[in-house]
Amino acid sequence: MTTTDTDSTAAKSPTGEELLSVTGLVKHFPIRRGVLQRQTGAVQAVDGLDFTVTKGETFSLVGESGCGKTTTGRLLTRLLEPTAGKIVFEGRDITHMSEGKIRPLRKDVQMIFQDPYGSLNPRHTVGKIVGAPYKLQHVKTEGGTKKAVQELLELVGLSPEHYNRYPHEFSGGQRQRIGIARTLALRPKLIVADEPVSALDVSIQAQVVNLLEDLQNEFDLTYVMIAHDLSVVRHVSDRVAVMYLGKIVEIADRVDLYETPMHPYTLALLSAVPIPDTKRRARQERIRLQGDVPSPINPPPACRFHTRCWKAQDICKTVEPPLLQLAPGHQTACHFPENQPGGDAPKTGTAG
Amino acid sequence: MTEPQDLVTPQDTVQRIERGEAFLDVRDLKVHFPTDDGVVKSVDGISFRLERGKTLGIVGESGSGKSVTSLSIMGLHKAGTARISGEVFLDGQDLISASREEVRKLRGKRMAMIFQDPLSAMHPFYTVGHQIIEAYQVHNDVSKQVARKHAVAMLDRVGIPQPDKRVDAYPHQFSGGMRQRAMIAMALSCDPDLLIADEPTTALDVTVQAQILDLIRDLQREFNSAVIIITHDLGVVAELADDIQVMYAGRAIEYSTAEDIFDRPQHPYTWGLLGSMPRIDRERSDRLIPIKGTPPSLINVPPGCPFNPRCNYAHLNGGLSETERPELLDIGNGHQVACHLTPELRKQSWETDIKPKL
Ligand SMILES: Nc1ncnc2c1ncn2[C@@H]1O[C@H](COP(=O)(O)OP(=O)(O)OP(=O)(O)O)[C@@H](O)[C@H]1O
Ligand SMILES: Nc1ncnc2c1ncn2[C@@H]1O[C@H](COP(=O)(O)OP(=O)(O)OP(=O)(O)O)[C@@H](O)[C@H]1O
Ligand code: SF4
Ligand code: SF4
Ligand SMILES: [Mg+2]
Ligand SMILES: [Mg+2]
Repeated sequence: MTTTDTDSTAAKSPTGEELLSVTGLVKHFPIRRGVLQRQTGAVQAVDGLDFTVTKGETFSLVGESGCGKTTTGRLLTRLLEPTAGKIVFEGRDITHMSEGKIRPLRKDVQMIFQDPYGSLNPRHTVGKIVGAPYKLQHVKTEGGTKKAVQELLELVGLSPEHYNRYPHEFSGGQRQRIGIARTLALRPKLIVADEPVSALDVSIQAQVVNLLEDLQNEFDLTYVMIAHDLSVVRHVSDRVAVMYLGKIVEIADRVDLYETPMHPYTLALLSAVPIPDTKRRARQERIRLQGDVPSPINPPPACRFHTRCWKAQDICKTVEPPLLQLAPGHQTACHFPENQPGGDAPKTGTAG
Repeated sequence: MTEPQDLVTPQDTVQRIERGEAFLDVRDLKVHFPTDDGVVKSVDGISFRLERGKTLGIVGESGSGKSVTSLSIMGLHKAGTARISGEVFLDGQDLISASREEVRKLRGKRMAMIFQDPLSAMHPFYTVGHQIIEAYQVHNDVSKQVARKHAVAMLDRVGIPQPDKRVDAYPHQFSGGMRQRAMIAMALSCDPDLLIADEPTTALDVTVQAQILDLIRDLQREFNSAVIIITHDLGVVAELADDIQVMYAGRAIEYSTAEDIFDRPQHPYTWGLLGSMPRIDRERSDRLIPIKGTPPSLINVPPGCPFNPRCNYAHLNGGLSETERPELLDIGNGHQVACHLTPELRKQSWETDIKPKL
């Protein structure tokens, strides 16, 4: 079976209002050595990203662990200072905005963190954690903070009586919901959600996915979603960007990405998705990526994927493939892309 | 499939099997936490058996006691906080009645765990390499250099780039997925006989996940290890598990072979689980169908079947679902289910409501 997508409302029109635009975004983490802490190199965590996010859409970032998704998220929310490039939010350049000026922005742009354990202060009650944004931003709520917090807890499927409990008393999944409740407190415009449902079991995952969708429709929220579960990404996203080693290798709307992936890495990713069907155990055809995962300290030149790509030619090692639009709304950075318009019959990653 | 039987210590195994025990034999395990609000019955009587070379998948509701179960097998609950009862035999040795010191000695080589939360398993002040080296030296009488070489090799096997350099990094310098891989390297470094993997691939993308699952399979093939894999990714259990236990509110509510659980599931909660996940191999639906309601409180577990407030079939059992807790019963071929539905109603619901939608 292939990933046929009959949903016609799938991709939102790209003519929508631009909320966020990123150009040439770079983040290098210096590596320091010795007593003098001299810089001896840099982790090129994010190395030149270009993309825009439209108001009301869900834009997802997927890619190998360590490819820079969380770093990108932290740059967008300005929890990290960009090394280079430009971030424009609602028409304002926020790339290097000072802490004082950025304060109102912190209300508009929120982040749901990847690690539901590390991101909750263990000494604070759930009430204090979820209510903290109101306090930080001096926001008054009708009926007081406690009532507002209890409503938020219910919204994310927790019970209001959890108000006085501590994070360690909750399971991983429950803690993630606490984090989501906190994020929603200030009704942000843009939510960067770093693996928001990966710690949740599927029954709650479906509730949270539906919840995020409902909140999006109700408050015209925009999401930048970071996730590794490609089944979930397919369900929630309007557009998807695939990252590899600090760069975007493919951007497409959902249907195109899953049905006609162009970048070899995207094909490999899609083929590795475990299918919940024991009958496929023996015959799932996977593209097994060869070679070591390269280091972002010393990434391969030109096409960064060439050390593991089965299609690599000499040019891939010398000339960096630019991110080009090869079909409407479908950009790929590859010298020898698959599924080009007018090419052979479509190849999909999911073994059919 | 041919099993490398010669790797099993024959004497122990014979005695064990004569006593009717499995390699890992969990009997009526209960873990309760007394709290200010009341007793949290995190695990409330679960039993299962696992042989060497086999994989058990544990799936279930968030907060249903999966991690608590594995922590109690590993003897990792803080003294005094948990009330543990029941028996856990590992190759004939009861871990529940053993002293903490005895259980500590078993960790690493006899049994190891990949934790759901990588940060809790790693010390922030020591380098990743230091921690793997230390764990390795506890069970292997080798020099520091040899242990370091082994640590680098393990980091390489789990796909950490430039392992000879990254071995000296601190946990916070790794990405989420790299931390998880480093922890997996730590858990696998002594080739444990029993490996408990609690959400081992949650923070990982699929190509690395495939690599880690291969690694777990390799370990199992090479050392005939028993593996428990806890995950909410039904794709992962479909791929790895021989048997699957589905948990809800501290108990097993369904247990059978992976084939049965995916092709002929019998419990309404399992139906809900299978129905609520988006599937890349099926047409995209507009909206997911979640299981309604919220997970139960483990302090005041709903009377009767703990799933009844969320179950679409509770009204079909003449009030039994609300009053009597269903036992886990064998309905044939070792397929166990805890539900009051009659075989006829179950078959009818499965065939008309559920199967067509999966
Ligand atoms: N130390 C503790 N004190 C009180 N309650 C606890 C403690 N540890 C765990 N619990 C409770 O026990 C229950 C089971 O927790 P556990 O971590 O085993 O869940 P889980 O099945 O692993 O869930 P998840 O899928 O979210 O990881 C939860 O309701 C949790 O709140
Ligand atoms: N504070 C830091 N100092 C040095 N290196 C860092 C720091 N934070 C991240 N890195 C490095 O930057 C790279 C990208 O990390 P990032 O956390 O963005 O990855 P990711 O795509 O979110 O991965 P995952 O899927 O595993 O969460 C990694 O190589 C990581 O080790
Ligand atoms: S540019 Fe070359 S190496 Fe890179 S992905 Fe395309 S074919 Fe592979
Ligand atoms: S016993 Fe009743 S409430 Fe429980 S799962 Fe069966 S039908 Fe549903
Ligand atoms: Mg990350
Ligand atoms: Mg758990």
